Amino acid sequence: MSYQGKKSIPHITSDRLLIKGGRIINDDHSFYADLYLEDGLIKQIGENLIVPGGVKTIEANGRMVIPGGIDVNTYLQKPYQGMTAVDDFYQGTKAALAGGTTMIIDHVLPEPGTSLLTSFEKWHEAADTKSCCDYALHVDITSWYDGIREELEVLVQDKGVNSFQVYMAYKDLYQMSDSQLYEAFTFLKSLGAVILVHAENGDLIAQEQKRILEMGITGPEGHALSRPEELEAEAVFRAITIASRINCPVYITKVMSKSAADIIAQARKRGPLVFGEPITASLGTDGTHYWSKNWAKAAAFVTSPPLSPDPTTPDHLNSLLACGDLQVTGSGHCPYSTAQKAIGKDNFTMIPEGVNGIEERMTVVWDKAVATGKMDESQFVAVTSTNAAKIFNLYPRKGRIAVGSDADVVIWDPDKVKTITAKSHKSAIEYNIFEGMECHGAPLVVISQGKIVFEDGNLHVNKGMGRFIPRKPFPEYLYQRIKIRNKVGGLQGVSRGMYDGPVYEIPATPKYATPAPSTKSSPAKNQPPPIRNLHQSNFSLSGAQIDDNNPRRTGHRIVAPPGGRSNITSLG
Amino acid sequence: MSQAGRRSGSRGKGHHILIKGGKIVNDDQSFYADIYVEDGLIKQIGEHLIVPGGTRTIDAHGQLVIPGGIDVHTRLQAPTMGMNSADGFFQGTRAALAGGTTMIIDHVCPDAGSSLLAAYEQWRNRADSQACCDYSLSMDIPRWHESLREELEALVKDKGVNSFLVFMAYKDKLQCTDSQMYEIFCAIRDLGAIAQVHAENGDIIEEEQKRMLELGITGPEGHVLSHPEEVEAEAVFRAITIARQANCPLYVTKIMSRGAADVLAQAKRKGAVVYGEPITASLGTDGSHYWSRNWAKAAAFVTSPPVSPDPSTAEHLSTLLSSGDLHVTGSAHCTFTTAQKAVGKDNFTLIPEGTNGVEERMAIVWEKCVVPGKMDENDFVAVTSTNAAKIFNCYPRKGRVAVGSDADLVLWNPKATKIISAKTHHSNVEYNIFEGTECHGVPTLVISQGRVVLEDGNLCVTQGSGRFIPRKTFPDFVYKRIKARNRLAEVHGVPRGMYDGPVHEVPASVRTAAPRVAPCAGKAAAPPVRNLHQSGFSLSGSQADDHIARRTAQKIMAPPGGRSNITSLS
Repeated sequence: MSYQGKKSIPHITSDRLLIKGGRIINDDHSFYADLYLEDGLIKQIGENLIVPGGVKTIEANGRMVIPGGIDVNTYLQKPYQGMTAVDDFYQGTKAALAGGTTMIIDHVLPEPGTSLLTSFEKWHEAADTKSCCDYALHVDITSWYDGIREELEVLVQDKGVNSFQVYMAYKDLYQMSDSQLYEAFTFLKSLGAVILVHAENGDLIAQEQKRILEMGITGPEGHALSRPEELEAEAVFRAITIASRINCPVYITKVMSKSAADIIAQARKRGPLVFGEPITASLGTDGTHYWSKNWAKAAAFVTSPPLSPDPTTPDHLNSLLACGDLQVTGSGHCPYSTAQKAIGKDNFTMIPEGVNGIEERMTVVWDKAVATGKMDESQFVAVTSTNAAKIFNLYPRKGRIAVGSDADVVIWDPDKVKTITAKSHKSAIEYNIFEGMECHGAPLVVISQGKIVFEDGNLHVNKGMGRFIPRKPFPEYLYQRIKIRNKVGGLQGVSRGMYDGPVYEIPATPKYATPAPSTKSSPAKNQPPPIRNLHQSNFSLSGAQIDDNNPRRTGHRIVAPPGGRSNITSLG
Repeated sequence: MSQAGRRSGSRGKGHHILIKGGKIVNDDQSFYADIYVEDGLIKQIGEHLIVPGGTRTIDAHGQLVIPGGIDVHTRLQAPTMGMNSADGFFQGTRAALAGGTTMIIDHVCPDAGSSLLAAYEQWRNRADSQACCDYSLSMDIPRWHESLREELEALVKDKGVNSFLVFMAYKDKLQCTDSQMYEIFCAIRDLGAIAQVHAENGDIIEEEQKRMLELGITGPEGHVLSHPEEVEAEAVFRAITIARQANCPLYVTKIMSRGAADVLAQAKRKGAVVYGEPITASLGTDGSHYWSRNWAKAAAFVTSPPVSPDPSTAEHLSTLLSSGDLHVTGSAHCTFTTAQKAVGKDNFTLIPEGTNGVEERMAIVWEKCVVPGKMDENDFVAVTSTNAAKIFNCYPRKGRVAVGSDADLVLWNPKATKIISAKTHHSNVEYNIFEGTECHGVPTLVISQGRVVLEDGNLCVTQGSGRFIPRKTFPDFVYKRIKARNRLAEVHGVPRGMYDGPVHEVPASVRTAAPRVAPCAGKAAAPPVRNLHQSGFSLSGSQADDHIARRTAQKIMAPPGGRSNITSLS
């Protein structure tokens, strides 16, 4: 729809911008000041700024000036059965900008068996040529193969990728076992990366899908029925357990259900470093639509984990987002056209997964959380950009209005009311899962890299103008604590003397754990186990021990006792 | 020591016993009455009973008369690395009786790959010839494959086994995957049995064990460090999730940590049919002893999941047991001598796992729960016998003092005191993990199958006198709810018309899921498919049925309009 406008961009010259009379909102405080942008950076903040002539001035008239949004979860190039989602990097980032999001972090999804590096390059190239806003890339680890460690190292050291996603679902495709997760987490921690987890129990999903199909349920409601929210909660719990053993941060993508969010909230209270990302869909709508009689509509909601059919879920997730138990918002934007979704018209397991949300994210969060009084504007900035920038090590370049930061700025109008509809959205799909939702709060002007890209409802973008933003490992926001915990968590054994008592001799064929049934099945009455009396020797260590009275513990830290090595028999 | 006495004791007069003046304690009420026992059964309860001549009268004034304890978890024949545990059925059941436990449920642990039925027979043979108290058997399922279904069915239908244990730990040995557990749980639910689970995440444990050994930690403290309680809690959470999906009742054996108990309690609050079994060790001691400088002592505590190093755990578990969040107590009695434990002297992963507790169970529960006032004597009966009898379907034959029930009775003296010590216990091990614990409340007289087996501190037991107690399926206590839920859980699809819009064509080569679309990055090549379907076909906008919120329960009725066609709806 904006195909016409994209070549005739007059504003490309407006490299220098002055935003006057706005209220600047950061995640920590807000204040009135003018903002001067030049060369894609914020150059000055204050009143009565001295600026060169010929500067274009935007009157903000007391409206809010916020850092541009960061969408931490998009799939603009997700391959499925030989096709890709209908919104590619161009279409998708256009929609992002129209919604006030000036940076996306897209997921590279390599086919299992293909190299991470090759896939990364592929995505990098596609995005470089098409993306209209700044972007970074997560790399999904779809299989754990030999040589992956070297590739991960290259990605982190040379390619500017510091976040990797692992899957606990998609059995026999992307799913990793707990042992592999342990291994992957350990390695990623050593690289200083952010570990993203798609948390669903794939084994059980496979079983449930079978069962639901056997019952003759083939429609999209089967998708929700076969992925109940308990399975999401279970996987979240497990991921946190594994991460906390390794003492690494873990980030749960797509928190879709109350129970999963509650597990995260509870875990945070116990200490593990866990972060949760609800997405536009889970914050703005619910899964009752899977039961729609309109197949195409129901199919449009298919994503994994599914939207919860519990209609109180969005409210709950917004509350947790407001209180800080969940930290960032993504969109999981990965829309497929109805015709593409229809591949699964006779079998819900074949429906390509993904919903829209990149354009609606900011406004949905505002409407559900700020307009309802759950959070204030500063918290809004925190969950839509600042926290993401901190976690993924982009801060303060992104996610803050400060001198020297990138000039990704949005002038936000809290009073604007807009009805979301597929008729006017920027995505290429026929269905919008938020169809008909009336939202308070919308961007008036969006500035990306110091250029006005959205104004008065019109987009002015150039294909390929988005830059790749490399990210460094060991984001302080996560790893400061990890480093300290590493130091205090050291383990030591107890220094004891050698055990020098008798040792039972295991028969040469220990594989025969039980005596062979053939010999024993004829009831050998009263035959005592052949070994027992052998060791009822005079060797005895019963009774109270010398050290019974000093309980040695609480922390896992054991200091070598001053006495040094001791001999067991001398203690008895 | 009782070999001599076992024939002479409790012969003629032993068959008729009158217990006078005691306070009968059941799980629901207590009352004063006399009990007349004959032929191994309780024949009369009341006052001024008319009994035949020659009846032996036992004075129970000032004592409680409670149902004999049921120890729901023992491993008296556990084969580990070619060793048998130090206490066999004879030694173990003798210790049980000495502690006031008159029935045990032992675990049959078949070798991986061997037949369940063969293992069952093997256990039966041993127990029949050795056990001195009634016993029943639970079956471990070490490795799942489809053909086991028939064996499960045979065990349930013909052999009187109604509980099966699966392992989430012991990677590459006993561990089941989530899929297997789901299948097993479904099979068990259909048979009406109880699914038991050893809940620990074996994958993580293995990695942690490796790490500990690499750090040079080889002593028993490595065992507890590599089995952190989170790993137990995680597995409990997962097991409950799977059981809920399968709508199968779940019984978690050996609740050893705070985290695991809390997860279970929360799940109950959300409606899961789940039972938890703390054991003597987790109720009576803590894991600080793993750091003992005495290797043999530290090794005596090695069991899985380990006894929690958090010293407040025992307190917490006894509170949950009192509040009904945990239900039954076992002992997981599986003892190894120090020499046997020493197989792992240079590597904690080789230490055979198991602690004592069959004899101490009742006294420890009394000491930790009743003495501090957490539970009353009725609750005590519930958690030591009645609940177990209900869950495992031997109620009211066991677990209740009532006319017609088995004469398994204990005279409990709440005023007596005993100090637990390896010097006086009846197990074969050199160490008692409860060494030195003072217990206020001891069994003074124990009657099993209508015979006095413990009196004045003297045991007179008969090897092989224990009977196998077969258990029926579908215990009401557990399955009533499951059945009702089964009926409710039916889900129906949405009756829709056929989708008749355009369908994206999947290239024939793509079934392999790896689209070699363009390994050399196809520059800006618009995905070849998109525009193909931006046809006039449009279903956007609000739909006719948008306002009908269809749900809450998962039951969808067929709408009166009958079948409809998708395109006619837009």
